[in-house]
Amino acid sequence: MGRYVVRRLLQMIPVFIGATLLVFLMMYALPGDPVRALWGERSVDEAQIAAMKADLGLDLPLWQQYLNYLLGLFRGDFGTQIASGRPVIDVITSALPATLRLTALAFLITVVLGVGLGVIAGLRRGGKTDRAILFVTLLFISVPVFVIGYLYQVFFAHNLGWARPTVQDPTAWSQLLLPALVLASLSLAYVARLTRTSVAENKRADYMRTARAKGLTGRRAVSVHLMRNSLIPVVTFLGVDIGNLMAGAIVTEGIFNVNGIGSAVYRALSYREGATVVGIVTFMILVYLVVTLLVDLLYAVLDPRIRYA
Amino acid sequence: MPDVPMKATPEAATLKATQPAVPVPVDERPDSGPAPGKPRSLWSDAWHDLRRKPSFLISAGLILLFLTIAAFPGLFTDASPRDGDLTQFYLQKPQLTHFFSPEWLGYDAQGRSIYARIIHGTRASIIIGLTVTAIVFVLGSLVGMLAGYFGGWVDTVLSRVVDTFMGIPFLLGAMVILVSFDVRGPMVISLALAVLGWTTIARVMRGSVIQVKQADYVQAARSLGAGTSRILLRHILPNAIAPVIVVAMIALGGYISAEATLSYLGIGLADPAVSWGGDINFGKDSIRVASHVLIFPSIMLSATILAFLMMGDAVRDALDPKLR
Repeated sequence: MGRYVVRRLLQMIPVFIGATLLVFLMMYALPGDPVRALWGERSVDEAQIAAMKADLGLDLPLWQQYLNYLLGLFRGDFGTQIASGRPVIDVITSALPATLRLTALAFLITVVLGVGLGVIAGLRRGGKTDRAILFVTLLFISVPVFVIGYLYQVFFAHNLGWARPTVQDPTAWSQLLLPALVLASLSLAYVARLTRTSVAENKRADYMRTARAKGLTGRRAVSVHLMRNSLIPVVTFLGVDIGNLMAGAIVTEGIFNVNGIGSAVYRALSYREGATVVGIVTFMILVYLVVTLLVDLLYAVLDPRIRYA
Repeated sequence: MPDVPMKATPEAATLKATQPAVPVPVDERPDSGPAPGKPRSLWSDAWHDLRRKPSFLISAGLILLFLTIAAFPGLFTDASPRDGDLTQFYLQKPQLTHFFSPEWLGYDAQGRSIYARIIHGTRASIIIGLTVTAIVFVLGSLVGMLAGYFGGWVDTVLSRVVDTFMGIPFLLGAMVILVSFDVRGPMVISLALAVLGWTTIARVMRGSVIQVKQADYVQAARSLGAGTSRILLRHILPNAIAPVIVVAMIALGGYISAEATLSYLGIGLADPAVSWGGDINFGKDSIRVASHVLIFPSIMLSATILAFLMMGDAVRDALDPKLR
């Protein structure tokens, strides 16, 4: 187990370097000069620009800039915003709590509703309930998240008055519920369909017949034997999905006016704040890599046949 | 796809190559059709099932309709999607009985006919969806096939490359690529989505090839002296491609959704290009007084995505003998 973790960590290094390098290159290929832009319409003092660039390390060749960035990451330095001089890690830590709360709530909804609906549909495969769940989840997948967002906003907030149309206080869970439902809708539908397929397949497995034959009640056979085997593909998906939920927050946070990572990265993109974008995307890549590792380790817990040497 | 919009389609990914890979002998087939003794291929078997499946027929009909609209928008409306008349048409409500006339679905805040706009917006979405799928299909299959067939260091290197691209969030990555372009046409958007989207296909193809390459007929071909390219193209590719096609079909809907999301965020197609995502963004400002500006492009967009998803679902079920 220990050796497996070490090997996986070593494998993650080239992936991390590659992914951050790609984002770094994309961002610095942007036309325009962020330092010069600070002067706006005013007359430009070339010496001042040169000094400022030297200060920020922007006068170095691109590969050296990237190397400096990578080395900075090990010290927890995600770069510095050019316009404000604020460290990017500050931007991340001040925006993160709202996004984490939103993502956690959406994740909870995805797991509870998604797995729940999936098990119900899978156990009644071909029945009316199954078909209804399939249809509803298909709708959730085909209607894009931003459309669902506005529909919910108009219906639940404006028409019914059950919720606030925008989030005023991102520490209040009750206000985050509506955006979390929107954010979760797509994942929920995928998880429900995936669970359904998995449950329906495993229901006919030999071990289920054995479980019944030795006299287990239906409830116990399903909750202990069927669930544990059916959840393996679902767990993989859920792991990858945490990253997707965080990235999907760009749209949801915009609709409901949540001041989180998604809004921060969207603002940075529209102002072409390269350093902030690269910093936040790097952070998301890290989250994705850590979560995929955790999912792989979780396999061994769910399926004792998998043993990591 | 993921994805927001784009996520790896999990269900499709669970369709492993085992099922379509090995041709089932006729006598073992539960429903061996009218001509015993004459083995039907996997695809003709699937076609036999699909022809009688309502969800397949509906989605095929819808897709045909959308393709026709995309190719010949002039057949459906004479009105221009760009001409606005502010004095007469500001946010005018739909006239639901005036079928197919410019005022049918109402007007937006610039006095432009919404019916004309959703008809003319179809082309961009369809073109981008098809282009991304085509690029992703070719690139992903190629990489997946090489990694799966050769294994060893080729597989190690290619798999790390796939992992690298997978680590970048799909929508965010596309946004980062696209902000650096001043003019964003359908081709640029397609390329941005394809660069980040091909990994899903590559993974499915790799898994599929790994399972197929151990089959007896591949061993037989090799012992008869077939070269690598012949084995790959004639024996492995046809037998490993089925799950890839299903994933690509479902992903197509995801790419259309991703394009709409980008245009909605203002980082995709922009005026004067007509796109559903851009119109939805435009409609959100007047959502409380004139919801029709947002609703109708949303319906077109969702119906298109739904059609491709349903098609992919139906084809997967038809190809999957476990569900028979």
